[in-house]
Amino acid sequence: MAPTAYLDHAASTPLRPEVLAAMTPHLAGPGANPSGIHAAARAAKTALEEAREQIAAVLGCAVGEVVITGGGTEADNLAVLGVGRVAGPGHGVVAPAFEHKAVLAARDRLVADGLVAHDVRVGPDGVVDLDHLAACLDDRTAVVSVMLVNNEVGTVQPLREVAALVRDRAPRARLHTDAVQAAPWLDVAGLAADADLVSVSAHKCGGPKGVGALVVRDGVVLDPLLVGGGQERGLRAGTVDVAGAVGLATALRITAEQRDAEIERITRLRDRLAAGLAAVGDVTANGDRTRAVAGNLHVRIAGVESETLLVALDRAGVYAAAGSSCASGATEPSHVLLAMGMDRVAARESVRFSLGFASTDADVDHALAVVPETVARLRAASAAA
Amino acid sequence: MQVLVAMSGGVDSSVAAALLRDAGHDVTGVTLRLWGGESDSGCCSVGDVEDARRVAAQLDVPHYVFDYADEFEADVVAPYVAAYDRGVTPNPCVDCNRHFKFGRLLARAKVLGFDALATGHHARIVPDPDGRPRLARARDHAKDQSYVLVGLGADDLGHLAFPVGELTKAEVRERATALGLRTADKPESMDVCFVARRDRAAFVEARAGARPGPVVDIDGRVVGEHAGIARFTVGQRRGVGVATGERQYVVAVDAATHTVTVGPPVALLRDGVDVHDLRFVGPRPGPDEWLDVQTRAHGEPVRGRLVGDRVEFATPVARVAPGQVVALYAGEVLLGGGVAG
Repeated sequence: MAPTAYLDHAASTPLRPEVLAAMTPHLAGPGANPSGIHAAARAAKTALEEAREQIAAVLGCAVGEVVITGGGTEADNLAVLGVGRVAGPGHGVVAPAFEHKAVLAARDRLVADGLVAHDVRVGPDGVVDLDHLAACLDDRTAVVSVMLVNNEVGTVQPLREVAALVRDRAPRARLHTDAVQAAPWLDVAGLAADADLVSVSAHKCGGPKGVGALVVRDGVVLDPLLVGGGQERGLRAGTVDVAGAVGLATALRITAEQRDAEIERITRLRDRLAAGLAAVGDVTANGDRTRAVAGNLHVRIAGVESETLLVALDRAGVYAAAGSSCASGATEPSHVLLAMGMDRVAARESVRFSLGFASTDADVDHALAVVPETVARLRAASAAA
Repeated sequence: MQVLVAMSGGVDSSVAAALLRDAGHDVTGVTLRLWGGESDSGCCSVGDVEDARRVAAQLDVPHYVFDYADEFEADVVAPYVAAYDRGVTPNPCVDCNRHFKFGRLLARAKVLGFDALATGHHARIVPDPDGRPRLARARDHAKDQSYVLVGLGADDLGHLAFPVGELTKAEVRERATALGLRTADKPESMDVCFVARRDRAAFVEARAGARPGPVVDIDGRVVGEHAGIARFTVGQRRGVGVATGERQYVVAVDAATHTVTVGPPVALLRDGVDVHDLRFVGPRPGPDEWLDVQTRAHGEPVRGRLVGDRVEFATPVARVAPGQVVALYAGEVLLGGGVAG
């Protein structure tokens, strides 16, 4: 088979073999409902609560503060809508313009309910503008949502400073952080300690798709999205996906155990890829690269539309991404880059290469064998057209 | 050959991809996302993209989605609205083909190294006596789409393929059924893809505002009022709303004064039409050549000659709406065309 290089870990990662091994007994076993009274149910309940303990340990919260959800989007929705709906009309919802759509769309729902949105400015460095954030906060602010790591450009946000501003200027507000992209690279427990609500997702760290968690600190009141049997402290009704929770827990635990060594290894790979790409000329980094997580390489390659480049790369077995994928699979100009002040042309020439635990030297070798040559060819063909 | 196939999610382009694959070509499918707004036909909807993607998967060929929504708004939707707003009848399908399928997409296909771009249009590419490509009507005349391909030149045709042009629509569906393609029985879209509920007036007026004004007869007498000039196209009868006993048609639309002129059928008759933006696939026909002239996508051709920038008809015909494409054929072969002035 022709060689391939999977450089789209920020979109999703493969399942870690250890995760698959941990999940398998819960998929192939009796499959009991953890809410039942019999032995099979007790076993499922034990597995679920052990998983919750592992998740709590990695995220630095009490076991009872972990709500298992159907992924990162649901966790974001539950946090933003849950707090906003408790607060009600007239209250403020504050979020930077480059948040994930799961936060922005939830905010828009709240606006339809009569709450007031404040779009916080973002700098060209890919970092939230703290002065503008401060100006957006007041006594009426109900929820502030600032991601820990941006999903496109990979920049780490100053969450402690954000939390201090919120405490100072909006004492009634709840602070939510989308830590979905942070979990593979950062100590979420430490960095998000000041947040009232923290979202994570399994499939960004070698876990299964369709499972995530929301940390809901003790005392935070939420209006649930799903109501029914009262599972997850009444915050998320529905039979819990036991295998998924075990997968999430295992993925988070292994990621945390291996983090320091992995950051060193992946940084080296990423920097080698970046240096090789820079050789094609007119390649500029998007956002402040000193603030980017190890796996993220986000660049503008002048003169090459990313939609064309990604197809050419795919045909040569290099899998990368640009912007955010809409449901149809088309690449829309990135709202993140536009929020950072980039023009549409520059945004359309930007691509993201994202590495992760499964990345190897061979991936970078293949990418470097393909990408510079492809860029040169496309530039020549575009110039001739 | 490496062939990029524009797959809309409909049956024609599905079969086009299948025919090329079965002929041994290295096929890649692509669906254009052009319109993000409301639509009746489901054009560019997630459902259509999914149909195209699933057909591509069934044929075991790669599939991509290209997003041209910004450019579609600028190059097709805005001119469409502007045309009605100045009393002219636009050709959004012609504009879309020119700017997107055979503009940006063809350019991208070349940049990506594809040898050809194929679509599901019902038309044929045939060689002239010197072996150069010419565009001809589809075998299935009832489904012929060569009219909306006006503007393509011989250079473009050298990079294009219309594989279903040799099949009747019934044969296309049979082929799709035989291959078990999920699009085999999909109904075809007939209307402008981005106008919902067939309500052109609502679409145009929501963007450009309504321009109500007087309805006058051919002698200039005011005979009524209308709610907006965007509701009228030259030759239209429906919606004229004037009770004068005789059948009345729109004879002229004057955007400057918001005036719609109506008259009896005979008032519409013209012995020619001025044409601008003329383009030809090959040589320009001479002024003595009798041609088949088609002035609507599904209209019957009439006899005429191209004299300078004017088409002169053999016998008077109902006035061609300004803005409409005037396509010139010699028998089956499309020679070229332009826009009615």
